[in-house]
Amino acid sequence: METTLIWLIPLPPALAFFLIVLFTNKSKMLSHTIGVGAAALSWLGSMYVFYKAITTEHFSGFASSIPWLPTGLTPDKWFHIGVLIDPLGAAVLFFVSITIFMIFLYSVGYQNFGQPDGDHDRAGLPPHGATVEEHGHKHVVPSVEPMYSRFFAFLGLFAFGMYVLVVSDNLLTMFVGWEIMGLCSYLLIGFWYGKPSARNAAVKAFMTTRIGDVFMLLGISYLYSVTGTLTFREIFTEETLHMLAESTTFFGMTVSGFIALLLFIGTVGKSAQFPLHVWLPDAMEGPTPVSAMIHAATMVSAGVYAVIRMFPLLTADYTGHGLTTTMSIVAFIGAFTALFAATIAVAQNDIKRVLAYSTISQLGFMIAALGISAYIAAAFHLVTHAFFKALLFLGSGSVIHGMEHGVLHTGNHDVDPQDMYNMGGLRKKMPITFWTFLIGGFALSGFPLITAGFWSKDEILADAWAHGHTAVFWTLAFAALLTAFYTMRQITLTFLGEPRTKEAEHAQETPWTMTTPLVVLSVFAVTFGWVGIPEHFPVLGGLVPNWFHDFVGHTLHEVPEAVEFSIVPLLTSLGVALGGLFFGWLAYRNVNSVSEDRLQIPFLKNKYYFDEIYDTVFVKPIYWFAENIVYKLMDQQVINGILHLFGPATDGVGSFIRNKFDLPFINRLIGDGSADVTYWFGGKLRAVQTGRIQHYLMLALVTFIVIGVVLYIFVLA
Amino acid sequence: MVPLSWYLIFAAALFSIGLFGVLSRRNAVAILLGIELMLNSVNINLAAFWRYGKDVTVMTGQVFAIIVFAVAAAEVAVGLALVISVYRRRNTVVADEINMMKW
Repeated sequence: METTLIWLIPLPPALAFFLIVLFTNKSKMLSHTIGVGAAALSWLGSMYVFYKAITTEHFSGFASSIPWLPTGLTPDKWFHIGVLIDPLGAAVLFFVSITIFMIFLYSVGYQNFGQPDGDHDRAGLPPHGATVEEHGHKHVVPSVEPMYSRFFAFLGLFAFGMYVLVVSDNLLTMFVGWEIMGLCSYLLIGFWYGKPSARNAAVKAFMTTRIGDVFMLLGISYLYSVTGTLTFREIFTEETLHMLAESTTFFGMTVSGFIALLLFIGTVGKSAQFPLHVWLPDAMEGPTPVSAMIHAATMVSAGVYAVIRMFPLLTADYTGHGLTTTMSIVAFIGAFTALFAATIAVAQNDIKRVLAYSTISQLGFMIAALGISAYIAAAFHLVTHAFFKALLFLGSGSVIHGMEHGVLHTGNHDVDPQDMYNMGGLRKKMPITFWTFLIGGFALSGFPLITAGFWSKDEILADAWAHGHTAVFWTLAFAALLTAFYTMRQITLTFLGEPRTKEAEHAQETPWTMTTPLVVLSVFAVTFGWVGIPEHFPVLGGLVPNWFHDFVGHTLHEVPEAVEFSIVPLLTSLGVALGGLFFGWLAYRNVNSVSEDRLQIPFLKNKYYFDEIYDTVFVKPIYWFAENIVYKLMDQQVINGILHLFGPATDGVGSFIRNKFDLPFINRLIGDGSADVTYWFGGKLRAVQTGRIQHYLMLALVTFIVIGVVLYIFVLA
Repeated sequence: MVPLSWYLIFAAALFSIGLFGVLSRRNAVAILLGIELMLNSVNINLAAFWRYGKDVTVMTGQVFAIIVFAVAAAEVAVGLALVISVYRRRNTVVADEINMMKW
């Protein structure tokens, strides 16, 4: 029952995609009903599977597989594909299904369903608003998205990709889901393809993640060539891991470490880790909160999920003393990204970009945790982060939507509804959005004890401290301080104080389809932390069993031991969270314009000039290469030259044959010649046909006489 | 009794006169006259061969001659009708000038 259901979970969104694309594209109502309905079905299925999983004693997994491809390696050796929901998968499925369902619901409101068609809206551009007449005077209201149905189709395909990735029991189908999401992220970022910035962002996201994907595919191929299988449970057996850890390959690395590194590069692309982080902030060009949230809460989680999934491989050659090369790289990239992105986020003014960099930073926390083998802490933070970051993104979308309402009201389209310096005082205008955003922000900052973010982040820090990775610990602690700081800066600038523009004064709370997901997610952003309270935590420890540790720990062969309690990481995480929040409020409570913001350092504001560096180092040379070498030299000179050579050569041969053979011989001699001869004979013989019967008779007579004479002479005589 | 050859020579002469008329005259009526002469020379031959044949009681020669008469009468009837028709249309009975179907 459970396994059949797991097979079916990804199906409804895929069906919704095809139904909408093929049949219901014209009807907005039908399209979103199908889309949201499909998401709800998958959600129900996932909840059932999750419920079954948590009620099973010592749950270790529901698995089912079918032979798919004969491989020809040895007789009867088939390549199996199948589904697997182990404790980790169940936890991921839990948050994935909820967030996806919430995204679908939220999209209905965000894309202005039920509003009139825009005055001059065009497909490929965001809606501009519609003029309606009411009580005798005209005013402008938001207009419905022109490509409403298409949006739900893309979301459906996206959800399909994510579900495939989560339920897969092998790397191959997981990679398929991974790539489907890559495609959908391209389609959704470039959803408003009329905007050049959206087009560029879509291409950028696709190309950047593709770099990681190529390495990931290399890793998968290498793994298959070594072990002959891609199924997780077959790879993660003692013998296979031992074999992989024992043999060495390039650069003196172990095979397991090398494969894990290749797979990790795929994650670097997908989860936007340094140095492939550049696409994620640009991905904010998509329809504001929804694709942003997909890229921040769902898809990027897939990258971290992949590393968590491959954790046994990553740590196959780890003995507990000193990190392996691969783990050091993973830990370094994670910690570095966490800090690096947090510093950029401090100087951003676009409400979504702050969240985008915060996402990169938080993903860095998880990656760093994995690098120091804090498996459960990483998984825990993955889940809690998905909830509160989804909440924050949807909240920011709600803010933008409310601001757009103000923009439409004043008609001043020069005001950027995403710039936090145009906001202020929104807590009164948008109370639900404010409170939920506050919860999300506090969870992100790690506000002590009540929020989920505190527990998961604290666990990562505790793990880092307990295992003596002090460099990682202090880096992450500093990143956490910055996180709390920029989160409070964002909340202060957006919601507190007084409205700084007329548009902010006229902002309006968003419809129920948008606020419901906010409320639902904010509940999880708080409560989900309580399932993972460490047992040795003072006072609170043990009140609620540390269910998450116990549950997800069973994914591995040996449940990792809970770290011993230490006061240092606890005090640190308390200090950085509260301190950051306090300083953020202190520094920004009286800031009224960009010029008063002292952290608008060009270096940070321009994201350390990474876009410019990549542009100069990679993009421009490739353009130059494409333009000059490939196009001008290869294509125009060499290829065209060869082709142009063929032209005249063929022409010459053709002319020769035509003039020397065809014209004189075939045409003149055989063709015209035979006709001429016939014509000449005809002309001569025509004279005989006089048409006078007497001439014919005369001829007959003469012939008769001649024959008679001849017969007489030669026969009779 | 007059020998058979006399009749045959006479018929041959008459045939030649008819043939000459057919080949040399331009008038369509005269051509028809020539044809009649040729037919009648044949009739003379038929009658002569019968008279000098083995069994005089079987009148094959006369019967043949009468059939030829019938054919000649029909031919002249059709021929003269054509000539009259052509004359009405072209106002001529000269065979050379009746060239409507010539190339």
